[in-house]
Amino acid sequence: MLNQNYIALIPLLPIITFLIIGLIGRRYFPKFSGILGTLSLLTSFIISAFVAYQYFFEVGKVDGVYQKIIAMKYVWLQFSPNISIDMGILLDPISVMMIVIVTFISLMVHIYSLGYMHGEPRFATYYAFLSLFTFSMLGLVLSTNIFQIYIFWELVGVSSFLLIGYYYEKPSAVAASKKAFIVTRFADLGFLIGILVLSYFTETLDFQTLIQRLTTEGTYLNSIISVSFLGASALTWGLLLVFMGGAGKSAMFPFHIWLPDAMEGPTPVSALIHAATMVVAGVYLVARLFPVFSMSCPAALNVVAYIGIFSSMFAAIIACTQTDIKRVLAYSTMSQIGFMMFALGVSSYSGEAGVGFMASMFHLFTHSIFKALLFLGAGAVIHYVHSNEMKDMGGLRKLMPITHITFLLACLAIAGIPPFAGFFSKEEILTACWNSNKIIFGAAVITAGLTAFYMFRLYFAIFWNKEYKSHNHDSLEHHHGEAPGTMLFPLIILAALSVVAGFVPFSKLVTADGIGFGTEFHLGFAIGPVLLATCAIALAYYMYAKESLVPQKVADSLKGLYTAAYRKFYFDEIYLFITKKIIFNLIGRPAAWIDKNIFDGFMNLLASVTESISNLIKSFQSGKVQEYAIYFFAGTLGFVLLFIYLWT
Amino acid sequence: MNEIGLSEILVVSTVLFFTGVYGFLTRKNMITMLMAIELILNSVNINFVAFNKFLYADKLDGLFFTVFIITIAAAEAAVAIAIIIHLYRKLKSIDVDDADIMKF
Repeated sequence: MLNQNYIALIPLLPIITFLIIGLIGRRYFPKFSGILGTLSLLTSFIISAFVAYQYFFEVGKVDGVYQKIIAMKYVWLQFSPNISIDMGILLDPISVMMIVIVTFISLMVHIYSLGYMHGEPRFATYYAFLSLFTFSMLGLVLSTNIFQIYIFWELVGVSSFLLIGYYYEKPSAVAASKKAFIVTRFADLGFLIGILVLSYFTETLDFQTLIQRLTTEGTYLNSIISVSFLGASALTWGLLLVFMGGAGKSAMFPFHIWLPDAMEGPTPVSALIHAATMVVAGVYLVARLFPVFSMSCPAALNVVAYIGIFSSMFAAIIACTQTDIKRVLAYSTMSQIGFMMFALGVSSYSGEAGVGFMASMFHLFTHSIFKALLFLGAGAVIHYVHSNEMKDMGGLRKLMPITHITFLLACLAIAGIPPFAGFFSKEEILTACWNSNKIIFGAAVITAGLTAFYMFRLYFAIFWNKEYKSHNHDSLEHHHGEAPGTMLFPLIILAALSVVAGFVPFSKLVTADGIGFGTEFHLGFAIGPVLLATCAIALAYYMYAKESLVPQKVADSLKGLYTAAYRKFYFDEIYLFITKKIIFNLIGRPAAWIDKNIFDGFMNLLASVTESISNLIKSFQSGKVQEYAIYFFAGTLGFVLLFIYLWT
Repeated sequence: MNEIGLSEILVVSTVLFFTGVYGFLTRKNMITMLMAIELILNSVNINFVAFNKFLYADKLDGLFFTVFIITIAAAEAAVAIAIIIHLYRKLKSIDVDDADIMKF
């Protein structure tokens, strides 16, 4: 059932929609484009759900192990008999889980955008880009080949760039899209080199062959380990470079600087790309190569773990000080992706010790639901208030009751309060850390507490705090009510899922080695983090539920730390200093001088010599036939004289 | 009175050739230039016939060439006149100096 071609429709429907809307729809039926995109994605989602059902419950499991199924594969570019770039569809627990998440979140965003983007002048273009993004992301998760994943990886980057820069008349949006593109491109350079290193030694680009060759003893594994560079083996370097690409896309430290700025895009886009789907591509990539990380190169896996926990904590601290609600959510995304990364980092391959891998995927699953919900809720708030700043909000709970309830559910989910989705996945992550690395465990618990604090700071600042005053006093009476139905519907669906998604028996379905295992629920273990989260919420309530001077006092007493965190620990400034002052001045300008004066000068010299010679001889071409005839006869005569009298 | 020899004939053909060349280079009327070219071709014909007669009397190659050249000259004249007619329609003149638009 699963090797049939209909699976290819899952990514193909969005790309066909992209072409139809992009080529025809923008001109001839701009209003209908949104519906068309949504319907096509609905079909895609139904097929994905069907495939997932087939895979998980009917054909995927053979002898208790979930198989990796190549549903489709054809050779796209053959380099040599062994190395080719294939286009294909790989079904295994994580890719099947991802197609369901991607199509589902994308569908919710499509529906939501019908209301949110209503009346935009480039409405159809927006839907075309959304379809392009969905296609790229689906292609990415279904890849059978490491080069195929790279191609779709870049496509995802392009569509992210297009959507961040959607409001291209705003200079900040243009700057943000360029920043996102350049930073991730720089990281992708590492990814490409990593691919080349790994495939050079294993002589294959195919994922399954690659993983098999790098995890079993043999000539391939020996050759890649025996080569070393700067004290680390080629395998470690290859994996670290691949992880660099993943860190760029997933906004891990030190490539995190693009994500907060990416919030310049339309809010549903932030929900889809910069919270729920694209930014987890890095996690997905590490998970895809997880057997290699885990069995052959624990050192690289440790790097993943420490980068993950550091980014997570770092982002959580910054999130506590930001005042733009989308930026708070952006840093919270970065923090949660850090959770997924270090959960992978502390995991082992099989059995109960593989709980980290399972927990990471579980958190990815629940996070994309409640983070999409948070962003869509924030979008509804922004739609109502017409501002991103916390100070313009407050007291909205009476004005937008449905948004308020859904947002509250999402906040509870992300804070890890039982029985909401985030509680279960976060609990699994903490268990995995506890079992393998106590330092990371400690940091993770603190970060979880911080998460609860900043999420409820956000929640209280938006919905409680002071009474809502419209910044435009005259229009208070005819201010529109709560968001339209197309925006509320996804919110309600996602809120319902945020409540129940935690009960999915993930450890039975998605594990690194395909063999499910049972997890026990340790009540004593759960009490600590939940209590901490509750305290953090209480603190947030004390500080932000009423308009008070407490936050200001706290900020004053922690002045240095607060300012540093508010300024995002000066990372933008550091990057600007490195690029503008050091790279531009020391490398860029000399290179430009050499290019302008030496290379261009040489070319200009050639051109001017040619030109002056041409000017000299152009008068010979007079257009007068008889003059040509004279030259011809004179020349012939000259040859005659030459050959008769002078030659011998 | 002496027999007419090869050198006499060659003198005639040389005179004819340079008359043609002079005409081609100095006349401005394109029809006249075409006629000058015919003179050049005919001088060549005379050479072929003369050499055939005096050097290889047992062969006919020179005569064949002459026949070919006459045929080709007729075709060439037709093409040339067609070109001249077109130029005349465009320029209202058959003066060769007026047809000097093909230059830098």
